[in-house]
Amino acid sequence: MQILIYILKRILQTIPLLIIVSLISFFIIRLSPVDPLAELRLNPSVSKETLQAETQRLGLDKPIIVQYGKWAKSFLKGDLGVTSNGEKVSTKLKERIPNTLLLTTIVIFLAWIVGVPLGILSAVYWKTPFDRALTVLTSIGMAIPSFFFAVLLLIFAVKTGWFPVGGLTSSNFLEMNFWQKFGDIARHLVLPVTVLFTLSLAGLQRQMRGNLLDVLDSDYVKFARAKGLSEFKVIFKHALRNAVNPLITLLGFEFAGLLSGAALTEYVFQYPGLGRLILEAVLKSDINLVMASLMMGAVMLILGNLIADILLIMTDPRIRGGQAC
Amino acid sequence: MLKQLWKDKFARIALIVLGTIYLALFFADFIAPYTKDFSDRTMAYVPPSKIFTIDENGKFSKPYTYNYKREFDDADLKIIYTLDRSQKHYIKFFAKGQPYKFLGLIPMERHLMTTDNDGRLFLLGTDINGRDVFSRLLFGGRISMTIGFLALFVLFPIGLLYGGIAGYFGGKTDMIMMRFAEAVMSIPSFYLLIILASILPSGMTSVQRFMLIVVILALIGWAGFARVVRGMVLSVKNQEYVQAAKSIGASRLRIIVKHILPQTTSFVIVAMTLSVPSYILSESGLSFLGLGIQQPDASWGNMLKEAQEYTNIIYRPWLLTPGFLIFVAVLAFNLIGDTIRDVLDPKSKVR
Repeated sequence: MQILIYILKRILQTIPLLIIVSLISFFIIRLSPVDPLAELRLNPSVSKETLQAETQRLGLDKPIIVQYGKWAKSFLKGDLGVTSNGEKVSTKLKERIPNTLLLTTIVIFLAWIVGVPLGILSAVYWKTPFDRALTVLTSIGMAIPSFFFAVLLLIFAVKTGWFPVGGLTSSNFLEMNFWQKFGDIARHLVLPVTVLFTLSLAGLQRQMRGNLLDVLDSDYVKFARAKGLSEFKVIFKHALRNAVNPLITLLGFEFAGLLSGAALTEYVFQYPGLGRLILEAVLKSDINLVMASLMMGAVMLILGNLIADILLIMTDPRIRGGQAC
Repeated sequence: MLKQLWKDKFARIALIVLGTIYLALFFADFIAPYTKDFSDRTMAYVPPSKIFTIDENGKFSKPYTYNYKREFDDADLKIIYTLDRSQKHYIKFFAKGQPYKFLGLIPMERHLMTTDNDGRLFLLGTDINGRDVFSRLLFGGRISMTIGFLALFVLFPIGLLYGGIAGYFGGKTDMIMMRFAEAVMSIPSFYLLIILASILPSGMTSVQRFMLIVVILALIGWAGFARVVRGMVLSVKNQEYVQAAKSIGASRLRIIVKHILPQTTSFVIVAMTLSVPSYILSESGLSFLGLGIQQPDASWGNMLKEAQEYTNIIYRPWLLTPGFLIFVAVLAFNLIGDTIRDVLDPKSKVR
């Protein structure tokens, strides 16, 4: 019960956050000297009526606060307006968000199942050649710019021809059966996943190693050792539980970092995700699309943090105690 | 602290590498064989010059190079570059070349190495406009390697003051200020970055643009920093020396700036070194997308923009050099940051 109340409280906290985020992004975009309907006006396939409807909907003839109110109202209703091509923003987002989520979830999952064990090994074999080699490797992984790594992998893909470059599906995707489709998407995902995986793996491994080293220094671990427990039990039963908790808090931040890193990676690999969408929207100064994808990015990030917090309550009983709320 | 850094093997290498890079950037005008604006349209995408020290008779000679000739190969339908062996161009050291102003002030003509007027010395080839990649690397590095520091200088006072005020006042002020900071952090930083960069008006001089990008980078980073500062302020604000200052009658701003914030110095140093690489990466990512530093100015990011095309990266790998430099610089900063953490916190075991 206590957990539920805490979770509810935590969910309620995100509401003011979302309002402020929307205010910030709205004002940034509106303060820019760009005419939000310029592209629409230039596009001959967009009818006068659509234009009129957009002006009405955005309330462009009214003061900015009213504009924000109008925008927020239609946003809540799920009406996000139209893009400069006259398409619905919401359909565009529905198409792109799952792709970005797919990419980031795979990356986070892989990074955890590889990074956490590697971090543990590094901490257990602290200052051995194994640990040093891993530290050097993670330093390299953290320093390589994501877009540069992506470009290097592109060269590799083009030269060997092993992996398709660009997109998420092949041109004959619709004719494939289920397993072929699955394989096709998997093949397209390999390169972008590799880039983002390298980035997050390095950070995660270091964090895990640092946490575990800290915990291994603490008194209760010394006590467990003194008691004569096997090293295996000391690490997996006592130390690990405490060392993993900070990682869960980091999960939210990791998600944020991934969304940002994914933008560049998506751009290089022409991957149809949210990051590339917002980039294209920005370059075309497609205001509705920018605003909506910015909000969606923020919503995803806030949700990521929320999930991380809820997970933390489940693993760490101390937080339920109340003082951390 | 420098002494302790020097003792560490990795940190020493990193310091030397960064020192060399910054020294080279400082003397960029002198080291670069060409000036920033030099371009030879007939020499687009020329591969790196080959430097010979043994002449055709098998004897040692002063280093010399041949120019490249661009020819169109009818059979393969592509442009090929062959060495024009008819004329040797000797490489001259400390000789007069294109005039430039050292650091924008002192007019000079001498370059570290150059060749005669008809010769072309392209140590790392040229780009699409026939500009020397090596020279541009040096000039671009000036931007890429300083922009991070400048952003930090804008961001740190803001973050310190913001976090200091929020932490010291507490209560409602704290809650409102922190909610705002959290909201800024909730927008994926790179999304915010490209949006802010894209609303910059297009008709700006390169200096204005540079300064605004610094401001944008700072706008994105201050919130996270302010939050950590607030945490630290919360932990020191009830200590006796603060109460003493209060009882003397010091103003609240004075207490924050003079008594509380100095407590965070060591943290600030660590945070600074640790965040420089992320700003270098942000700037290069932004310029890579074409939203940061604009042509004709060079930055490592916008030089890599050309590497986006398949044909370029396969046939012209020298265009990738800026990427390696970013990598090396970021790696060096990270190594130093790790070591500083170890030095300041003896319990930390980063390495």
